[in-house]
Amino acid sequence: MKCDECKKRPATVHITKIVNGEKTLMHLCEQCAKEKNIFSVSFNFDGEPLSMQKFLASFFEPMVSEFREKSQPLSCNRCGLTFPRFTQIGRFGCSNCYEAFKGQLDPMLRRLHGKTYHVGKVPRRTGGRVRIKSEIERLKRELQEAVNAEEYERAAQLRDKIRELEQKLGRN
Amino acid sequence: MALEELLDTSRIGWINSTGPDSDIVISSRVRLARNLKDVPFPHLLNGSQAKEVVKRVYDAFTSNSVLAKDARLYLMGDLSETEKNLLVEMHFISPDLAREDKGAVIISSDRRISIMINEEDHLRIQCVFSGLDPQEAYELASRVDDVLEEQLDIAFDERLGYLTACPTNVGTGIRVSVMLHLPVLTMLRQVDRMFSTIAQLGLVVRGLYGEGTEAWGNLYQISNQITLGKSEEDIIQNLMSVAGQIIASERQARRNLKGEDRLRLEDKISRSYGILTNSRLLTTQEAMGYISDVRLGVDLGIIKNLKPEDLNNLFITAGPSYIQEVFKKDMTPLERDLNRANFLRGKLLK
Ligand SMILES: [Zn+2]
Ligand SMILES: [Zn+2]
Repeated sequence: MKCDECKKRPATVHITKIVNGEKTLMHLCEQCAKEKNIFSVSFNFDGEPLSMQKFLASFFEPMVSEFREKSQPLSCNRCGLTFPRFTQIGRFGCSNCYEAFKGQLDPMLRRLHGKTYHVGKVPRRTGGRVRIKSEIERLKRELQEAVNAEEYERAAQLRDKIRELEQKLGRN
Repeated sequence: MALEELLDTSRIGWINSTGPDSDIVISSRVRLARNLKDVPFPHLLNGSQAKEVVKRVYDAFTSNSVLAKDARLYLMGDLSETEKNLLVEMHFISPDLAREDKGAVIISSDRRISIMINEEDHLRIQCVFSGLDPQEAYELASRVDDVLEEQLDIAFDERLGYLTACPTNVGTGIRVSVMLHLPVLTMLRQVDRMFSTIAQLGLVVRGLYGEGTEAWGNLYQISNQITLGKSEEDIIQNLMSVAGQIIASERQARRNLKGEDRLRLEDKISRSYGILTNSRLLTTQEAMGYISDVRLGVDLGIIKNLKPEDLNNLFITAGPSYIQEVFKKDMTPLERDLNRANFLRGKLLK
């Protein structure tokens, strides 16, 4: 991200400025931040990456203009949010939007997170099959590592575990 | 309004205990973003739909009589501006929730859990612990998550994980933050350089209060930015190791102050204590600076009659809305500064 002020140096200082309850966001380089010596009480809550709208707008600009030329923009059949609208407001309309815009999201997710798939917690109650599947995925990655490291005994153990879980998945 | 009971900072766990590394780390906070599967995200909800979400979440949480014992629900629509600002200053809610009439927050009786409802996501589960202890905070947040998920269908995708309104939070939906007190690194002008390095590790650093590189009270917050493709444990570990390095450099910098430098620092700390215990007018910004100095004095053993927790308390009570809420009337800035100075002096000389 470039500095909002000089548009040259990278922005390393992120400022939330609140004036009369109105919030403005600024992303500045250190030099410009020092020069802008405005004091008012401000508060940064939990380190949200800000200015998502700007980011999305610039990221999707070529795609959106492409959509504009077509008569029907891509939209979510549950909440009605269109894809161009998503890029403007930086927020999805409902959880189904992820499915509706599936084909368009990976480059953005890769840019934001470096990855396009989830690793980590899975819901307890509704995540039953997903939990097993993600465990299998994890074990498969471990298996690959074990094979690469030529740890064949560990690899054999992992393979047995994977088979066991796959059978469990088949039975359910 | 029962909000008054929140002014009693002695009941806030993270302020009044001393967790790991609490000479430098004030608190660790974990936030989990979750959404209901079958309801549009909050920005598309009308008033009655939003109310229904609040009700569903509150019912789900209170189904657990242990965690939810004596928990309070506050509806943003019922609160005054000052009351909402107070909740923000005390870190119970975000400024975004304060601006949202459809929003609500549930605060547990030990003040460790706060659940924001209808912020950017339907649910933002937050847990705060004293010192460098994000694992404990995550464990509790995850337990609250499990309790809620027992009753509510949460939006989750096999490939993308927990689905959030903004793609920056998708996956684990986790944001881990630690609040650091870095007076000596700030004084030596070493924070700016450190921040640039940290930005390259996928973490964000911000001054907690104040503008630009000026962090009031020398309080900084580091948080993770990436939420997808890394497990909660890895995200916490990464943050812990970076925090560990910063803590080590602040401690080293404190130890390195010898001879004349040390004398000057002791002088500064003692003067700040003198100002806090004698002045008649104090702005929030000024007060934060002196409180930071005195806190350092306590950590270095220069000031012996106070505990670190006392200063944690002062940081919170020095905020603009706290004083406003304590005195319960409209005040001019001058009156506010007068009351603040009196209030802080009273706390220090108690
Ligand atoms: Zn600049
Ligand atoms: Zn949708």
